[in-house]
Amino acid sequence: MLDAAAYTALALSLKVSLIATLFSLPVAIAVAWLLARRRFPGHALVSALVHLPLVLPPVVTGYLLLLTFGRNGAVGGLLESVGIVLAFRWTGAALAAAVMGFPLMVRAIRLSIEAVDPKLEEAAATLGAGRWAGFLRVTLPLIGPGILAGAVMGFAKAMGEFGATITFVANIPGQTQTLPSAIYAFLQVPGGEGSALRLVVLASGVAVAAVLLSEWLARRMASRIGA
Amino acid sequence: MSLRVDIANRFDGFALDAKFEAGPGVTALFGASGSGKTSLANAIAGLLTPKTGRIALGGEVLLDRAQGINVPVARRRIGVVFQEGRLFPHLTVARNIAFGARYAPPGAPGLDAAAIIAMLGIEALMERRPRSLSGGEKQRVAIARALLMRPRFLLMDEPLAALDGPRKDEILPYLERLRDSGTVPIVYVTHSVAEIARLADRIVVLRDGKVLRQGDVTDVLSDPAMVPLIGVREAGSVLMARVVERNPGGLGRLEIGGGQLRLPGIEAEVGTGVRVRVLAQDVLISVTRPAGLSSRNILPAVVHEVYRGEGPGVAVSLRIGPSRLLARITVDAMEELGLRPGLNCFAVLKATAVARADIGGPKG
Repeated sequence: MLDAAAYTALALSLKVSLIATLFSLPVAIAVAWLLARRRFPGHALVSALVHLPLVLPPVVTGYLLLLTFGRNGAVGGLLESVGIVLAFRWTGAALAAAVMGFPLMVRAIRLSIEAVDPKLEEAAATLGAGRWAGFLRVTLPLIGPGILAGAVMGFAKAMGEFGATITFVANIPGQTQTLPSAIYAFLQVPGGEGSALRLVVLASGVAVAAVLLSEWLARRMASRIGA
Repeated sequence: MSLRVDIANRFDGFALDAKFEAGPGVTALFGASGSGKTSLANAIAGLLTPKTGRIALGGEVLLDRAQGINVPVARRRIGVVFQEGRLFPHLTVARNIAFGARYAPPGAPGLDAAAIIAMLGIEALMERRPRSLSGGEKQRVAIARALLMRPRFLLMDEPLAALDGPRKDEILPYLERLRDSGTVPIVYVTHSVAEIARLADRIVVLRDGKVLRQGDVTDVLSDPAMVPLIGVREAGSVLMARVVERNPGGLGRLEIGGGQLRLPGIEAEVGTGVRVRVLAQDVLISVTRPAGLSSRNILPAVVHEVYRGEGPGVAVSLRIGPSRLLARITVDAMEELGLRPGLNCFAVLKATAVARADIGGPKG
């Protein structure tokens, strides 16, 4: 039913989204904690920067990524000298997906951290747990559902990301052609609507499966932490 | 091990400036809400850093603003029992109480886990979640959790304030057991005179952020000048007594040094020490030995001190041998009887005036 190009696009999308989610999650947790629990000069600025990809047109984000992480970009050049190339590679697609999903992740996780009573963290400290131990043994388990929700949001955003990806890494079949890019490509050629529609069904299926899985996980977690 | 505190801090419109010392046994920090007792407790625990001051525990300085010393909360090893328990909702009781044990230095003195669990009667709760516990059970678990980290001092911040009357009565015997075990010195923050009368050895009275008075609980509570501060309905003395006769269903007898009291509700064994709280408003004074009175407790006494504050009431402390009994009467009565220090009189106490909850458990 599906041609090879479609399977390739699906596989690439899953890979890109998984990598994007896995790599951005720890950073998102750290930033969310910083924004939720610390007050520092520039707090509002950091918050605004984190939310930027949410409010900028995706094309702009993609272009900024190209300027920064392209071969001639400030960071891109540095990375290339150690053998990492992002522009027009699947790794670049993962970076674009991570950046676009980041604000959603931080938001969900930050809300869940703010919902944890700081008095519990104080209690952990009086029992001898340092800040890091207190975070690992009290805060982290309690925000499990929030982290899960953030990860699912980030993953869904990555699966659907199109504008920044196509601007940063183009639409190369087998290289950077993710599911949305493939749908777009099929729609550009005469007679491609059928293939496009099949991909739409596929994409919807993956999305529904991800949501169902996360709901189930969230319920299990909630009962484990006694919420 | 003694805890010496001398700190000052300024909040919006409120200045805390307190100096006191807490040694072995139970030291109560007493004050109305807003007196600064919780800020003081937080400063001792390290949860609040005062602007100036010094806190030392034994030979170790925990805080010295002048020298820039401020030992972090996690390294103070002061166990804290909070008003709301603050149990970790994602952990079972067993894992809650074990939380701090790993941070205790090897060989630190203290009871072992089994003894603590037995003392607080929480054996049957170990696999439960905090959510399914009653308020009293939560507090017992919170105490166990604080003890298992083998603290050098135990700080209890209004541990019973969130509980209703029957729950308080249920948990008080556990606190008495903890006190009498001598495991760890305790600072007990409260606004309840009843709890102080049952538990405290010493009391530090706070008002508006200042230490107004500190001393032995029997001395401070029987001081007539303390009556306005404690409240006329709550004021009363604490007698350290010994059970002479038990009489379940009837009146037992207590020796208070200088006299005997006959009271119902005495459950302790003969020979054991108990505390009895007698409210000032339940004590009558007679200048002649009263006859034909229903009261079973008529004790020869000497007027020790008379304190006349504002209003129609007068607080009178009476000497009965080495014991002190506080009475509250009207100005009229005082003038008519001609009460003055040194006068011989009789203290009259109705046997049923002392509630069962005001008779503490055994104290050796």
